[in-house]
Parts: sequence; C-alpha cells; structure tokens
Amino acid sequence: MEFGPHLLLAVLEGLVTASILSLTAMGLSLVFGVMRVVNVAHGEAFMLGAVLAWWVTGLVAGHPAVGFVLAALTAPLIVGALAAASDRLVLKRLNYDPDRTIVATIGLLYIAQQTTLMTFGPDARPVEPPFNQRIALPWLERTEEGWTWFYPWGLSITSYKLFVIAAAAAILVAIWLVITRTRAGLLMRATQQDSETAQAFGIPVGTVYSVVFGIGAALAALGAVLVVPIQQAHYLMGGEPLLLSFIVVIIGGLGSLPGTVIAALLIGLSDGIISVFFSPTLAKIIATLLVAMVLVFRPQGLLGKAQT
Amino acid sequence: MLEATSLRAGYGPVEVLHDVSLTARAGEITCLLGRNGAGKTSTLKALMGLLPLTSGTVTLDGEALHDLPAHEIPKRGIGYVPQGRRLFKELTVAETIEVGLMTRGEGRATREWVLDLFPRLRERLNQQAGTLSGGEQQMLATARALCLRPKVLLLDEPTEGLQPSMIELIRDVTVKMRDEGYAILLVEQRMDAILALADRAVFLETGRSVETADAARLHADPDLLHHRLGV
Ligand SMILES: Nc1ncnc2c1ncn2[C@@H]1O[C@H](COP(=O)(O)OP(=O)(O)OP(=O)(O)O)[C@@H](O)[C@H]1O
Ligand SMILES: [Mg+2]
Repeated sequence: MEFGPHLLLAVLEGLVTASILSLTAMGLSLVFGVMRVVNVAHGEAFMLGAVLAWWVTGLVAGHPAVGFVLAALTAPLIVGALAAASDRLVLKRLNYDPDRTIVATIGLLYIAQQTTLMTFGPDARPVEPPFNQRIALPWLERTEEGWTWFYPWGLSITSYKLFVIAAAAAILVAIWLVITRTRAGLLMRATQQDSETAQAFGIPVGTVYSVVFGIGAALAALGAVLVVPIQQAHYLMGGEPLLLSFIVVIIGGLGSLPGTVIAALLIGLSDGIISVFFSPTLAKIIATLLVAMVLVFRPQGLLGKAQT
Repeated sequence: MLEATSLRAGYGPVEVLHDVSLTARAGEITCLLGRNGAGKTSTLKALMGLLPLTSGTVTLDGEALHDLPAHEIPKRGIGYVPQGRRLFKELTVAETIEVGLMTRGEGRATREWVLDLFPRLRERLNQQAGTLSGGEQQMLATARALCLRPKVLLLDEPTEGLQPSMIELIRDVTVKMRDEGYAILLVEQRMDAILALADRAVFLETGRSVETADAARLHADPDLLHHRLGV
C-alpha cells in the first residue's frame, strides 16, 4: 500500500481507539472534576463492563445484535450501580479524603479483579459483533485522465468500527447536553464549584456524588461494551485503559471535559498512526513523554484552569 | 422566628462554638456582633447545618432543624448569603438564579421579582459569576438567597469591601426585606451600619453569646459597642 491510503487506515484505527478512550477518560474526568476523587479502580469498571457484556450476550440466543443491545443497556447500568454503592459504602465514609480515597480505590481494584478471576476465570473471551461488513475505502489518484477514484488493496474498515466512532461521538454529545443544559447537570456543576454552598441551596451533595461516581463508571463500562467485539474480555484488561485515561485527563486538564475529548483524540490518533508505521511500544513511549512535557510546561493541562 | 439555644459546634475535634443562643424575629434585623474570630461565620454555618452540632437546638417557627440533613434546612425557608459571597464561579448569572429558585421550587414570578430588585443582574444574565465585579457578585449572592422566598435571611458581612453606593444598595434591600416581614440575621462590623440597622444585637465573644441588647440600648449606651467590639 502507498503512504496516503496507509495513513488513512492508521487514522481510522486511531479514531476507534480515541472513541473508546474518550468515553473512559470522560468518566474519570467527571469523577475527578465534581468529587476531586482520583479513582484508581476506574479501569476495573471498564473490565467489568466487558465481562458483563460477554455474560449478557451469552444469555440470549438468536442474532448477535440482540445480545449486544441488551449488553449495552444492562452492563453500564450494573457497573454504575456497583460504583454508586461503593461510593456510599466506602468513599463517603472516608469523607472523600484525597489520600485515603486513593488507597480505598486500589482496594476496590483488587476486589473487582479477584472476584472476576474466581467467577469468570482467567481466559480471554470474545463477543460477536452485531454486524461486521468489510467496507472497502476509495482513494483518489492522479492518472493520465486526471483525478480518479480507485479501491487500493487492503484499504478497508469494518462497519462495526465505523459504528463505534459514531456511537462514541453521539454519547459524548449527549453527556455534554446533559451537563450544560439540564437541571441535573446544573446540580452537578454547582456541587463541583462549591459543595458546601451547594448544600446551603438544597442540593443533596451526597446523592450527587453517588450519581456522578456511578455515571463515571458507567461510561467506562459503555466504552468496554463497544470494545469487546474488537478486543476480547479478560480479567486483567483494565490496566491499559486506566493508564491511558490518566494520560488523557492530565494532558486535557483535570476536570475539563472538552480538554478530555481533545486529548483523547490526540492520544488515540497518535497511537493509531505510530502503531501502524512504527510500533505500539513507541506509541506508548511518546504518550508518556507527552505527559511528562505537559506536567513540566503546562501543569494544569491543555484546557485546565491554572488553579482550582 | 428562628431560635438557637446553647449551640456547641466545631471543625473536627476543635470546638469553636461553646455556647451560642440567639433569636431572630420576623420583621426585625438582628445583628450578630463580635471581634474577628469570635465565631460569627461559624454560628451561621451551624444554623445552616454545615457545621455538625455536638449539642444545642435550632428551631424555625417551632420546627426542629438541628437534626435535618444540611440540604433540607434551606428548604424550610432560610436564605444564606455567606461571607466572601461563595458564588458558583463558573455558572452564569441566570444559572445561579436557577439554582436558588430550584431550592424551594420557586418559579418565574420570583425570578422577575429578584431581577427587578437588582436590574444590573438582568443585563448580565449570561455572564459567568466569577467575572462579575465585587458589587455585582454581592448582588448575585443576595439575589440567590432571595430566590428561596425565605422566612429568614442570614447575611454574613454583605458589605465587606464594597464602595459606598453599593453598600447603600445592599442596605436598602436589607431594610426592604425587613419591612416585608423577613427575619434577618446580619453579621456586620461597621458601627454606623449597626446603629442604623439593628433592631437588636447579639454579642459573641470567643464562641459564646454573652449579651443581647435592643436598639434603644445600643443608642443610649454607645460605650457598649465600643467595649464589646474593642474599637
Ligand atoms: N475551616 C475551619 N477549620 C478550623 N478552624 C476554623 C475554620 N474556620 C474557622 N475556624 C476557626 O473558628 C474560629 C471562629 O471563626 P469564624 O470564621 O466563625 O469567625 P468570625 O467571627 O466570622 O470572624 P471574622 O470577623 O474574621 O469573619 C476562629 O478561631 C477560626 O480560626
Ligand atoms: Mg466571619
């Protein structure tokens, strides 16, 4: 394949990575923004979402789309409920003390991993995509008769991957609208700005925290449901999304939602492009280096505020 | 009528209110006075349920407030204007007012009433609260509390750091609310304001309410204020 088509392919693969990553990182960013909690167990919400998606799709017979839709509806709901419960049972009792919540969420991480190992087992398990047509992509080339379209060999993407990109974009827009345009979003933002004063205006801050922690985990789970038809479910799969989400959230600016999306695109695309042309390891090295640079030159992140 | 008896409260293990009792009556301005660090702000926070009480009671028209969760207390009809304004900085003026209205399910009529009291805010509905001038921020903090149509208004140094014309405006609104029958509990440091506004004064000294005086006594005995406030 020539360079141009090859680059298009890398960009598309990168966009798929960026889509999943922006959902997962958005969850982490939302929780940090509103609650000032660094949730180390966030990757496990992703893992649980994937494993639950495998389990739910196994329950129903018939067309794979039926199981997939069911998984997309139930897995985030279950993971969100589990997270909200752990907020009530654990984080609330620590008064959201920054150091102790980090230790507590490390504990939650191991509980989630080991419980999954004991029930789901150590194997990686695939989920069948709801649809998966291969779509050949055209490329423009200059010939003697001028510009013409042709289909280079190997330049293609599956319909499911295109769906992942569109679904993630739609979900992000929906989240944005909820946060900026609804009353629930207004309660969240007021709580984020000043939780004590929020209580003095009737906002049940404890409930807002539980809901936000639940939504954060549900977003990771939703990302995982989208990814399992591409990448298999496994009880240790939470590590990489956690690391990448942290990278994205730091680069984008802690708690800044637009910054999170921009950073997810940056990391996802560079990961796709560098992995295709060089190696996936180099992609990770560069991403980590980028974090170091951001921390040195712009500690608040690309769109973060100087002080919070 | 808001009534607090023998409040004890503190931050973590440190007790800062040892014995505070006070009453704020409808149609009166009750001034809460004391030196810096006496516990005026802490008293208002305790009334709002934001500082956990170790003992004491708070009642509003006979209903006990002290065992309600903090977010339920404003819903009973207490509007709070905190020291330093404590606005939701990244919310717009319109959104801030919306938060105030939501507290007790107030609607358009209250919104219009509040915006008529502070026309400057109406011109700046889409501006972020944090970018308003100091005076405008104080208007917004006051408007936010009035959006509850509260029975009781707690004002913590509402004129701190404002220029004279702005002080006048805030004072006019305070008096207007008193005349409409609100119970007002006002923390104020400046002598002239205290003498002009107070129907009653409660003096705090290191976390204890040590004396109560009515307006007549404040005027008759100017040394009282000087002695109690150390000015
Ligand atoms: N968040 C806090 N943590 C610990 N101690 C506090 C806290 N806030 C206030 N205090 C202490 O409680 C005491 C009373 O403070 P408070 O703010 O109620 O005083 P104040 O009368 O409002 O003073 P000022 O006139 O300066 O506003 C002070 O000794 C103060 O140091
Ligand atoms: Mg004070």
